[in-house]
Amino acid sequence: MGGLRAAEALRRFGYTGAITVIGDETWAPYNRPPLSKEVLAGEVVSHETVAFPQRSSTADVGWVLGHRVVSADLDNDTVTTDDGEVFEYSHLVVATGLRPKRQVYPNNIHSGRHIIRTLDDAMGLRDELQPGARVVVLGAGFIGCETAATARKLGCDVTVVAPGTVPMLRPLGNELAQELQRRHEAQGVKFLMKRTVSDLVGEARINAVALDDGTELPCDVLIEAIGSLPNTEWLEGNDIDIVDGLLCDENLRAKTKTGLSWPNVWGVGDVVRFPNRIFDDVPRRVEHWNIPSECAKYVGNAIATGEAGEAFRPIPSFWSDQFDVHILAFGLLALADSSRLVQGSIDGDCVFEYYRGDQLVGAAGIGLRSVVQGYRKNFES
Amino acid sequence: MIKINVDMNKCQHYGMCVFEAPKVFKLNDEDKLEYLATAEDSELGNVEAAIDVCPMQAIFIVD
Repeated sequence: MGGLRAAEALRRFGYTGAITVIGDETWAPYNRPPLSKEVLAGEVVSHETVAFPQRSSTADVGWVLGHRVVSADLDNDTVTTDDGEVFEYSHLVVATGLRPKRQVYPNNIHSGRHIIRTLDDAMGLRDELQPGARVVVLGAGFIGCETAATARKLGCDVTVVAPGTVPMLRPLGNELAQELQRRHEAQGVKFLMKRTVSDLVGEARINAVALDDGTELPCDVLIEAIGSLPNTEWLEGNDIDIVDGLLCDENLRAKTKTGLSWPNVWGVGDVVRFPNRIFDDVPRRVEHWNIPSECAKYVGNAIATGEAGEAFRPIPSFWSDQFDVHILAFGLLALADSSRLVQGSIDGDCVFEYYRGDQLVGAAGIGLRSVVQGYRKNFES
Repeated sequence: MIKINVDMNKCQHYGMCVFEAPKVFKLNDEDKLEYLATAEDSELGNVEAAIDVCPMQAIFIVD
């Protein structure tokens, strides 16, 4: 997505040079959010229905799909793919995204275990979600909870296991998170919070998980949604900071270890750690769907015009669909140390404001779209 | 003129499109999406931006 959006932005802002997009998946760019919902529910089953539309402006972009970039030499302006091909560049846009974290267990069997990151992952899981299947979702973030809701709607017996006190605590805050858990439970999803899986049970295929309290939970399908890691290994050996994603300056240029900026190496998407002046000058990775597009627009303009201009300060936004609950949010809610209900009621449509000290850092709501959308202006420059 | 179609089975009325192309999309008093099925060619850039930011990818330009 980041690669496609960068190519589109380059053309939109007048860049006429050659563009090559390299990606390890064989599919042309597609939209990932439906993977935990419509694709699993069988409503959307082909690449075509999740593919981003291709525009005429990017018809001449060279796509190198099914190949992973394995190394980069930023001093000599080249990247090398897994089949040994070397690509020279005048500008490099780093948009390699994330991959799911995986757990390794003593009895590390694979059959019956799933992750959801790619279309192939989701298609592989879809047929396993049969009515009555005992599904354990490991992790209670958005992907875990959305997947739990989808599996429950398909008639599966669903239990979410996670170490935190309530699901989606960090992004939503205690009050809204508790309400979301309540709504999930009303639909029949079970939660085992403050629990972790210590081992898998089964021989050829998983049939239970062993929990850290010594109990066993029957399990036909284990879905691991315990967070993500940035794909930056291919950048190792260069004068950059990839401790947690690619560290970039406020213009999305990669920074050197001594704090200078590479003039022709740019970061796009959730692989990037960047400061956002709306909030402060602390660089952070932001795993929201709108961030790749916002980065791409900024970087495309900077490369095409030769000027980065004003600092990059996108308004983060996210949404989540779980059962009939549709959450919309603006800001960086995870920065908040308090939240308060400002409209509606917690058991119906409602809007919350999120504060760090007395600074408004975000707003989120169930329903009441116009009210939530109204918070955008609080973050505009 | 450009022709616009929104798949109302997909649309969840998040209203992101409204900010990108306010002449074409709006949320009505009940917070439901309303849109113009045709727009001037000059709106193409804005409508494409709306397509890009739609969480449900429910907006299409019809040829």
